[in-house]
Amino acid sequence: MSKIKKSEMDKEQTIIMSGNYASAWGAKCSRVKAISAYPITPQTTVVEKLADFVDGGELDARYVKVESEHSVMASLVGSSMTGARSFTATSGQGLLYMTEMLHWVSSSRLPIVTTIASRGIAPPWNIWAEYTDILSIRDCGWIIQFASTHQEIFDSVLMSYKIAENQGVMLPYFIVYGGFTQSHTSKPVRIPPQKEIDAFLPPPPEKGWSHLNLDPENPVTFGNLLMPQQEYLDFRFLIHDSMVKSKKIIQKTIKEFKKSFKRDYSGLAENYKCNDADVVLISYGALAEQSKIAVDELRKEGKKVGLFKLRYIRPFPNEELVKLFNSDVKVIGIADQGTAFGNPTGGPISTEVMSLLRQSNRKIKVLPYVWGLGGRDVTVDEQIRVFHQLIQLKNKNEYPTDDTFQHGTVWMGLKTGA
Amino acid sequence: MKKDDPKSMETKCPIYKSWRELPLVPISRGMKGSIGETGDWRTYRPGIDEKECNRCGICYVYCPDGVIQFKEGSAPEIDYKYCKGCGICKVKCPKKAIEMIRERE
Repeated sequence: MSKIKKSEMDKEQTIIMSGNYASAWGAKCSRVKAISAYPITPQTTVVEKLADFVDGGELDARYVKVESEHSVMASLVGSSMTGARSFTATSGQGLLYMTEMLHWVSSSRLPIVTTIASRGIAPPWNIWAEYTDILSIRDCGWIIQFASTHQEIFDSVLMSYKIAENQGVMLPYFIVYGGFTQSHTSKPVRIPPQKEIDAFLPPPPEKGWSHLNLDPENPVTFGNLLMPQQEYLDFRFLIHDSMVKSKKIIQKTIKEFKKSFKRDYSGLAENYKCNDADVVLISYGALAEQSKIAVDELRKEGKKVGLFKLRYIRPFPNEELVKLFNSDVKVIGIADQGTAFGNPTGGPISTEVMSLLRQSNRKIKVLPYVWGLGGRDVTVDEQIRVFHQLIQLKNKNEYPTDDTFQHGTVWMGLKTGA
Repeated sequence: MKKDDPKSMETKCPIYKSWRELPLVPISRGMKGSIGETGDWRTYRPGIDEKECNRCGICYVYCPDGVIQFKEGSAPEIDYKYCKGCGICKVKCPKKAIEMIRERE
């Protein structure tokens, strides 16, 4: 039994901590039972802190050190199949190395939670905030949620287990935040009394998950071969079906969280001053959070601009986006902090958002952006300039004329010799 | 050797008419033939020469698919419904009493 201090059980504490520690605290307060870890910059301090918690007896969990990220996820498949609440964290190349097992987890319907301190992909080596790591594995059947503040990282871990372990969902869950800008900066994080967390997030069923359970008394085999004429297709469809239907569980969990802890995470997407806006920027992560300042600045000048922050990209907030398209909006900018080489826009999420435009009859102009690659700063002033470009497009139907506008997308900060 | 009760061990793969009836993941329980009659996969069939066979049971021990039945004192019996014809029994037989015979089309 873990030694949780009486004061931690009964009282809320506010601790100044890094984003990585917020992730580790989230796992501790969720009372995870199995942790498997391999260190990688900028994730390392998550698993160091968890090792501290386990070593100090504050967290009653098995901590397994393995030789690679592939083995990390393989060992969590084993622990989660016994019904143990399982956790890990990784970044960049480590996440890519895990890829095969990520599919194994989602297709086994195991509610494992993993936090990602996102970083650029090598070569050339880069360890700073960029989401190409998570975006390049976006279709492997995991729920993907961005956390754009330290508090949100901690809170999201609590909510993620409640969502993932719901019988109607039973899918693994990624919580994603920026390397260094979030992982290694410190902010106050409110940790609710453990008693209240336990009430919000009860332990998983003692007998294990109802759909599969490793039990030596009752041997069965999982993940066997299915012939083309058998139900392989149907099991694939079930994953997509659960992913789409998980939206309701996500919204319900966010409401329950608000009721328990008085913090509101709006839903799959956050509408910031979009209702009367004719120019809207769609983005995700901490840079989207920062865009609120740009919106406020421009609102002071009377510009009708708004920010639409995607909190989830899997499941994709279709309904919320179509509602946005059917508002007064005339021009939409979509900023990706990651790449999808050779796809229609060069940015993975801008392409996906644009694919939904046909569900609205309104004529909306769209300008995709790629920004903040490899941890490149995107300042509030630069975000204001983005809005000015979008306003120019609305007023004069003029697309950017400088050399950063390439193949229909603005590659912000591209060296142009100017 | 008393054979396993064929009624309990034969294929019992449930038939699903709709994806709505499916469990979340496919599961195989310990039963014979859950992937069908794997004897169909065979190119070469192991044949035991009962006169040469010394009843040592080594083929039974090495068979990776457990399709050889063996009772001490009598010659082993191969279940051709499931034997995939890997030929390990032939390699391991100390009396060279097993021959791999090409299956006909």
